[in-house]
Amino acid sequence: MTRTFLGMPATAPPGVGHLRGDEPFPAAARRALSDAQLRRNLGHATATIRARSGAVIDEVPDWPQLRAAARAVKTDTMARLPELLEQLETAVTRAGGTVHWAADAVEANRIVTDLVRAAGADRVMKVKSMATQEIGLNEALAAAGIEPVETDLAELIVQLGDDRPSHILVPAIHRNRAEIREIFLRAMPGVDPTISDEPAALAAAARRHLRETFLSTRVAVSGANFAVAETGALAVVESEGNGRMCLTLPETLITVMGIEKVVPTWRDLEIFLQLLPRASTGERMNPYTSMWTGVTPGDGPQAFHLVLLDNGRSAVLADPVGRQALHCIRCSACLNVCPVYERTGGHAYGSVYPGPIGAVLSPQLTGVDDNASLPYASTLCGACYDACPVMIDIPSILVHLRGQAPHPRAEATAMAAAAYTMDHPALYAAAQRAAKLSRLAGPRGRGLPPPLSGWTASRDLPEPPAETFRQWWADR
Amino acid sequence: MTARDLVLGRLRAALGEPRPTPAEVPREYRPAGAVAVDLDVLVDRLTDYRATVHRCPDGDVARVVGEVLGGRRVVVPAGLPPHWLPSGVDVVVDHDLDVAQLATVDGVVTGAAVAVAETGTIVLDAAPDQGRRIITLLPDVHVCVLRADQVVATVPDALARVARHRPLTWISGPSATSDIELDRVEGVHGPRNLHVVLTD
Ligand code: SF4
Repeated sequence: MTRTFLGMPATAPPGVGHLRGDEPFPAAARRALSDAQLRRNLGHATATIRARSGAVIDEVPDWPQLRAAARAVKTDTMARLPELLEQLETAVTRAGGTVHWAADAVEANRIVTDLVRAAGADRVMKVKSMATQEIGLNEALAAAGIEPVETDLAELIVQLGDDRPSHILVPAIHRNRAEIREIFLRAMPGVDPTISDEPAALAAAARRHLRETFLSTRVAVSGANFAVAETGALAVVESEGNGRMCLTLPETLITVMGIEKVVPTWRDLEIFLQLLPRASTGERMNPYTSMWTGVTPGDGPQAFHLVLLDNGRSAVLADPVGRQALHCIRCSACLNVCPVYERTGGHAYGSVYPGPIGAVLSPQLTGVDDNASLPYASTLCGACYDACPVMIDIPSILVHLRGQAPHPRAEATAMAAAAYTMDHPALYAAAQRAAKLSRLAGPRGRGLPPPLSGWTASRDLPEPPAETFRQWWADR
Repeated sequence: MTARDLVLGRLRAALGEPRPTPAEVPREYRPAGAVAVDLDVLVDRLTDYRATVHRCPDGDVARVVGEVLGGRRVVVPAGLPPHWLPSGVDVVVDHDLDVAQLATVDGVVTGAAVAVAETGTIVLDAAPDQGRRIITLLPDVHVCVLRADQVVATVPDALARVARHRPLTWISGPSATSDIELDRVEGVHGPRNLHVVLTD
């Protein structure tokens, strides 16, 4: 019902973009589980990030207050989304930018392609961005004869390896150094054949490989982490400096932004800039954050285009329970604490949005029918909710979406997911431990619908919090 | 119907009637002004992120900058205070240099707008003593001169102070990647070396 208002489907159909997998989650997960190398790489990576993140979060005395404020800002944003977007449009236009609206992936791809053509370019450099992956922009550009060059090291590894990203933050997390060396030797022109597999040597090779691209490419495409309605400022957070290169060097900058990324005021950035790096990479601050407002004469791109992307987000907004998935700031903390993600990796989820947030966001963006197994790709242990810096109640949305999935198929998938969990004692044990801990972390404040109400009843025992999930995890 | 009307129409329909009430934001976290500035915290954080920190009085900046540069060719913004540069340094002033010219210099010397002690972050706002964004991006060594009175305690303090319509670059340590087995490697595309000269 929520999918039909104003006449047309809100999301681009199958075949456009990367929101749907080729097979249901249990089948893909089963294959991933048999890949021991993948599991080792993932286990190492998620454990490392968890430890780092926990340590820097412990430094912040007002973390709970920041989370509560972030949640409120996002709730407020969603309640006023149309007006805030209009305000953003006005502010960006006043500052010399041009704003475009894209109802779905097809339209967004067409807008970007036309802009690149109008600039007379046949190559664009890209800052890592979930939105452009979601819409399949690289494929659309290539089909139009335009070469997209990923400039983030991990994205470059994925692109050269003809692979797909497996994590929001560190897309090549499933590859180890030896595999990356092989990819470079195979696909990076001019790479030294005697190169070692030391990360420093591999990073230096990427630096050399991309330098000329940075200096000679006239159009760049980025995403945005935040856009301030009040001032028109856009913000991109990154580490390597490839983002700064793309945002500063070209003549034309095109930013594709999901409409949910807007925040009402400049001051709101003070909340998210504290939460995001610590929850995400486990740093006090990421090495580089760029902010710009329209165009600045004499400094940086002199043409700036902002593409505001719907592609199913309006349909997500229409569901009062599910809409909080739009609060996500793509920090990936929920992936790193998820016992299911840790064992299956990101590819199993089919969509560019993996892990717990992907399990609720992808089915909502495409319509539950197109991603019916994803709401079951979880043990409902609650670890994602405890880790999320903007307090998205992912377990409740999962349960809500299970209620919407087509019934016979849903039950079959539920059985498969349960069987799959039971089949893997370590996974089951982790789910049990985490579920117990979620209970200790306190009541959720509302029950779940049958048939899970029995589970809720025991889960919401009003016991006092003994320790937070994070403390427990650190002690583990 | 334009895409704009379609998207806005969908969003309005999605919210339904009556519209959800806008939420009140509880700002009980530490606001701007809540924390005292501690320069030692800044130095600790900068060092932790592999920046090199030099503390000296304003009169000594040129000497320290000279030692750090060790004869490298540098670019400087047009508004850099001249007494920060040692005599005899090989320097080119950025009057709209093109990319090819910039790619040949080894270093850059700038001022700063604000620094955040708690996170070890320096904010550049492209003012005349900091210059265009590109000049702190291409050279491999960035020497940034920071006055103690530019240091604030927290991120909210910095956002309250910076010029919000200017292009802003927030720098926390040198360029880094952790994309290969999460091993941190300094210097991928941005400057590989960050020196902060903190004047009291
Ligand atoms: S749902 Fe929360 S934890 Fe997961 S990526 Fe989004 S903001 Fe981060």
